[in-house]
Amino acid sequence: MATDDDRLPDSGRHESHARGWRGFGWGFMVKLVIMAVVNALGLTVILTAYRTESWVILGASIALLLVADIVYFTKRALPLKYLLPGLTFLFVFQIFTLGYTGYVAFTNYGTGHAGSMEQAVEAALIQDERRLPDSPSYPLAVVEQAGEIGFAINADDTVLVGTELSPFEPVRGAEVDGSGTPVEVPGWEVVPRASVLSDQELQATVVGLRVPFDLDEGGGSVRTREGTTGVVYTSSLEWSPEERTITDTETGVVYEASDRGNFVASDGSRLATGWYVGVGFENFVRAFTDATLAAPLLEVALWTFAFAVLTVASSFGLGLLFAMIYNDPRVRGRRLLRTLFILPYAFPAFMSALLWRGMLNSEFGVVNDLFFFGADINWLGDPWLARLAVLWVNLWLSYPYWFLVCTGALQALSGETLEAATVDGAGRWRRFRSIVLPLLLVSTAPLAIASFAFNFNNFTIIYMLTGGGPAFLGSSSGLGSTDILISAIYNISGVAGGVADYGLASALSIIVFVVIGIISALAFRQTRKLEEVQ
Amino acid sequence: MRKHLRIGALAAASAVILAGCSTDDSSENTNGNGAEIVIWTDAEREPALAAAAADFEEETGATVTLVQKNFEDLRNDFIAQVPTGEGPDITVGAHDWLGALVTAGVVNTIDLGDAAQEFEQVALDAMTYDGQLYALPYSLETIALIQNVDLVGDEAPSSWDDMIQRGLAAGTERPFVINTGGETGDGYTMYGFQTSFGAPVFVQDDSGSYTTEVGMGGPEGEAFAQWLHANGAAGTGYLSTTVDYDINNELFNSGKAPYTVQGPWAISAFPDVNVAVNPIPSAGGEVAKPFVGVQGFYLSSQSDNSLLATDFLVNHLATEDAQRALYEADPRIPAFSTLAEEVASDPIIAGFLASSQDGVPMPSIPEMGLVWDLWNAAEAQIINGAEPVSTWNQMITDLQASIAG
Repeated sequence: MATDDDRLPDSGRHESHARGWRGFGWGFMVKLVIMAVVNALGLTVILTAYRTESWVILGASIALLLVADIVYFTKRALPLKYLLPGLTFLFVFQIFTLGYTGYVAFTNYGTGHAGSMEQAVEAALIQDERRLPDSPSYPLAVVEQAGEIGFAINADDTVLVGTELSPFEPVRGAEVDGSGTPVEVPGWEVVPRASVLSDQELQATVVGLRVPFDLDEGGGSVRTREGTTGVVYTSSLEWSPEERTITDTETGVVYEASDRGNFVASDGSRLATGWYVGVGFENFVRAFTDATLAAPLLEVALWTFAFAVLTVASSFGLGLLFAMIYNDPRVRGRRLLRTLFILPYAFPAFMSALLWRGMLNSEFGVVNDLFFFGADINWLGDPWLARLAVLWVNLWLSYPYWFLVCTGALQALSGETLEAATVDGAGRWRRFRSIVLPLLLVSTAPLAIASFAFNFNNFTIIYMLTGGGPAFLGSSSGLGSTDILISAIYNISGVAGGVADYGLASALSIIVFVVIGIISALAFRQTRKLEEVQ
Repeated sequence: MRKHLRIGALAAASAVILAGCSTDDSSENTNGNGAEIVIWTDAEREPALAAAAADFEEETGATVTLVQKNFEDLRNDFIAQVPTGEGPDITVGAHDWLGALVTAGVVNTIDLGDAAQEFEQVALDAMTYDGQLYALPYSLETIALIQNVDLVGDEAPSSWDDMIQRGLAAGTERPFVINTGGETGDGYTMYGFQTSFGAPVFVQDDSGSYTTEVGMGGPEGEAFAQWLHANGAAGTGYLSTTVDYDINNELFNSGKAPYTVQGPWAISAFPDVNVAVNPIPSAGGEVAKPFVGVQGFYLSSQSDNSLLATDFLVNHLATEDAQRALYEADPRIPAFSTLAEEVASDPIIAGFLASSQDGVPMPSIPEMGLVWDLWNAAEAQIINGAEPVSTWNQMITDLQASIAG
């Protein structure tokens, strides 16, 4: 504000009423511009959402925009002015994702259940409609008469015209061009191809139009796929929206819409395409009761806990050890050494994991060659060795973090307390046990909890180092010995190209979320006690 | 306060104007003469598609928007986005996705009409599901035996044993090397040897369509498992789970192994070797039939411009010029017959073409997605020395249980 005052000496200083009209000031103008942009973006989103009929997004964006305008154009709600951007992002990127995951967890969304029921019906009809094997290809033109669209086809130099309800009839005096396509049809207006292609509604009409040769059902009808040739197609499936059944008119088989999201006949056969439906708590129940899933998942869950706990414990221990060593003033070149020790932390984790994967190769890797005299130790092929390898690589990746944190915490310890303890006759170990460690834990325990939660979901290292392998023997789950819950969920979700079950995967992620939430809450309560002791 | 409200109104007004500008633009796109089709493609095919799209745009006045994605992401993104209406009109894809795409209801059938005769039958078969054609095929790919001409000549070995003899005679570090995907296992690369024992993944019916009956059990499958074991860590060691894709190519390229099994995509990894390409030798007595993969263009079932999109596929991409451009952008064996004959003058392409003629299409039924993990893992374990017959039969049992649901 000082600069403003300097620039405007007359209006600013000499006026006694400082709150008088002085223009809006820089801050306000900036706010105005930003809010104009925000409103423009918001309105664009709202209009787009309205046009694509996404009502949830429409409602949410209207609400968000209103809230933003109210918050920033009133003088009240000062705290909200600071909080709103963060809250908005929280809502858009966290709450929405969480809510959507929760929604999917109660459905059977996955392979074979990807769309809505209408889309499944549409797909069934598409898949059923077949070209008559001996059908010729007729040159075709789209024609119009009083708003009604029809086809004009050239069958052996006779031009026939028909619409959906009136079968093909020959017309006299029609003209065709060199390729045989009708260009002039008396009584009908030939729709130019360019206008067919450019008009989406007309396209839909043309693609959906079936013109029969006669009203008898079995003969098939002419359709066109690209607007210039007509071919005879037959279809045997009939959809009845009232009864929610699809009937095969040739075989008489009736496919009923089941509550599992498939069209199923009484003999158990089903149509290929299904749709997704709500299945209640089934996905959650399956995770615990499905025999092919429950046993591997239990093993995976145990290993996940072991992996997260051991990683935090070992990297904390090693980091603390190094921190104490390099905090000692007797060590020379401490700064340089500290920098070197932090290096593993500076590499991207996925690259380090890939490097280690190569180094642990039992035949070509340097680990066996250099440290085990070329022994043939299959680090990544044996279940227990693979787990050990994962822990080792993760220790290598994460101890620098604890080295940094502990160095900082150690340097913040008061020398007087330690000195007093020494005077009281406490030995080195006693000082560490009773003074250094408790004080250190006050500041590092919350970080340890965060680190636990992070490693609980440390997908990168598992995926890059072992891919979850080696696989469990005698299990159809496709999971492996080093899979942690999050990589198991990835595997089950089928994103990698298998058979997808997003519903089950979402249910499992929610379970993992709850587990981590509970553990973190309990642990944070423990740390608070730790602070009270101080 | 009133002053602030006035400014607020001003801000709102300018926002409306700003927003108005943007909506004007987009509404022109949908209503004017610029109809638009959206095509998902991967990086390799984009230039060739852009060339075909330019011709199409000129002729029809429509706009073609190419969206570049990772090939691996296309399948799941297509399944996830087509039902929401956000998907493209056309996507590039592999034929083995077809089962998943059909059960998700996201693909439309296509009718190539007379143009169908121009394509290799195996390519059309691969893109056919339950008697209906779902994509315009444009390339084939398969794996074959690649050999180092300077070490073992260009003559095709008559069998696995013959190949090993020649390999040993060449005096290299290994007689043969094959990628097992590291500890993961690689049933795909090993499939030629597996079929030479008469153990297909799924049984094919009379029309050549795959059924969901697992075909690799029984004595044939057990014989293959025993062969894996005999050549794995507990036996000769010619097969090893220490070899992944990069190590395999490195060993072959540095001349430490005279034979390997690889696809055309790996040829560029062998700059130092004078290579010859031959069919995979038989290990079990029958003809080795590697998987043939087919790439093509799928049409979305929810396309609002299916007329335009079909026109693009059938009349603009199913032409020799467009197929040639696709071949030149990413040299794979063309599915377009005359083009395939033409490029077969290149001995490497001819070798892969010959291998593909022995091959079988990779199953496109959705159940194939359940096979890979179990199959690969069992092979890796047997190569690592696990008891072959019980491990293999356990895998078959697990697989059948998993397919039964």
